[in-house]
Amino acid sequence: MENKAVEVKSNQPIKSPSGFNIIWREIVRDKLALISLIFLVLIIAFVYGIALFLDQDEIVRVDLFSIYQPPGEGFILGTDYGGRDIFGQLIIGTRNSLSIAILVTLMTGVIGIAYGLISGYFGGHIDNIMMRILDFFLILPFTMIVIAFVAIVPKYTVVTFSLIMTAFLWMGIARLIRSKALQEKELDYIQASKTLGSSNFKIIFTQLLPNCSSLIIVTMTLNLAANIGLESGLSFLGFGFPESTPSLGTLLSYATNPQTLEYRWWIWVPASIMILLLMLSVNNVGQALKRATDARQRRG
Amino acid sequence: MWKFSVRRTLIMIPQLIVLSILIFVLAQLMPGDALSGQVGPDVDPKRLDEIREQMGWNDPWYEQYASWMGGVLQGDLGQSFRFKIPVTELIGQRIYNSFWLSVATLILTYLIAIPLGITSGRFNDTWRDQLITGYTYVGFATPLFIFALVMLWIFGFALGWFPTSGSVSPGLVPGTFEYFMSKLYHLLLPAISMALITTYSTIQYLRNEIVDTKQKDFILTARAKGASETRVYNRHILRNSLLPIAAFFGFEITGLIGGSIFIENIFGYPGMGQLLVESITLRDYTTLIATTLIFGVASILGALLSDITLSIVDPRIRIK
Repeated sequence: MENKAVEVKSNQPIKSPSGFNIIWREIVRDKLALISLIFLVLIIAFVYGIALFLDQDEIVRVDLFSIYQPPGEGFILGTDYGGRDIFGQLIIGTRNSLSIAILVTLMTGVIGIAYGLISGYFGGHIDNIMMRILDFFLILPFTMIVIAFVAIVPKYTVVTFSLIMTAFLWMGIARLIRSKALQEKELDYIQASKTLGSSNFKIIFTQLLPNCSSLIIVTMTLNLAANIGLESGLSFLGFGFPESTPSLGTLLSYATNPQTLEYRWWIWVPASIMILLLMLSVNNVGQALKRATDARQRRG
Repeated sequence: MWKFSVRRTLIMIPQLIVLSILIFVLAQLMPGDALSGQVGPDVDPKRLDEIREQMGWNDPWYEQYASWMGGVLQGDLGQSFRFKIPVTELIGQRIYNSFWLSVATLILTYLIAIPLGITSGRFNDTWRDQLITGYTYVGFATPLFIFALVMLWIFGFALGWFPTSGSVSPGLVPGTFEYFMSKLYHLLLPAISMALITTYSTIQYLRNEIVDTKQKDFILTARAKGASETRVYNRHILRNSLLPIAAFFGFEITGLIGGSIFIENIFGYPGMGQLLVESITLRDYTTLIATTLIFGVASILGALLSDITLSIVDPRIRIK
């Protein structure tokens, strides 16, 4: 009896590694992604940590005695036209930019995933109508329409800003999830579940959704990088965060003053480098995740 | 093909109607109207109400929408609150500037993308490919406005090779050769900056197309027939890989609109993107509505153009 049990055990295939194992191995193999991940973790810990000790109101207070100080004693990165410390603004700005990018990514994720799953799973007329609506949103030029909305919202806050961004950014992920759902719903496990009488709601959220998870993780990571850029771009134009809430884009917008652009590099160069590094490293991690979910492209 | 084109054009009509309603509703939601700015001690509020009644601003929204739409269709975009001139006049020169900026950007984008994409696809996984892929990677992660600022800083201010604002040097007579050259000179730096960043997607797409096409059977046949390597690439592979690129041409328009808002503001180039931002800071709502409408219609037309070219290139779309 005992012998047989051992035999059965050895006949079983080797357990395939879990999803997190695959992702972890892929990131470790890709040195660039590993460095990016470490950088991201450090910068997030640093920025959110230091921001706890910084008072936002204190930093954005105008100090007329120290206007346009170059980097040096007292101010590590100098000051802006209001005598405000650039280093403090950079830290708070990075935190604000990251927070809103994460918030918008999550909100677009939830809306896009639900929309895509429903459209792809039911198919037919529902899919047709839902896709026509999506097409319309997709055609609108994002920057233009967001600017127009920001201009007319009467009580403009960080929350309304992220809602406006979300309203015009959910389409990309919805389309990806929909095409994945279209493929998945033809597979046997969904058909079997239907035959057994599971409700559509249960199939969508407990069976279809988990099987789309790898695509969701990858897309949301890549979206996060894009959203950091979009937010800072809108703030740069003056249609993102209000000036009392510094963001990386606000710091860059000071460079629209030719004097600042030409002679006072310390105001806008650090913020640009921060945006570039954030976007590049989130992208690097995203690309590694993308390879991890596609067995043909895996390096490890 | 005609059947598809007609059907696709018909789909566009509800899109245009929804867009115009959306923009009209936006206009209605905006605080104040053309008369709010004229309220003063010597103006009787009752008189203003009478004017509002006369102008039909108290009518139900669908009647107002119909009369507004009627005006738009006849080319009447209303009066600018700020500049006190018709919006069409305000837009006139700027739309022309934006148009040429877009054309220059598109030409440069393809001039950069096609050679790089071909090199990258033909010699894939060599150092040349890695170099070009690296470039597209950085281009993908760099926001346009940061790159444009750096370009302006280096070539506009530090080196002084290019003008830093405007679309033409003052004092030149339109129509002369100098005028034309000055225009070209002014739009060169913005166009190069935008092209260098937005070109990455076309390069990547072209590369992947070529790598895919390279492995197809008909290429094997062409080689077996003894076609030279240059002929295989120029005749067989390129012709098949370039068509999808051409089809995405229309979608570039949406990208150009988004980009032009940043580029025109950074380079101080008087175009539609700059007007859009200006009209918001000045709270000039009729101008805002007009620019939004024009941009929206341009994107819808761009998508139409892309879908129709795609259907010519790829017959499978027509059947669907």
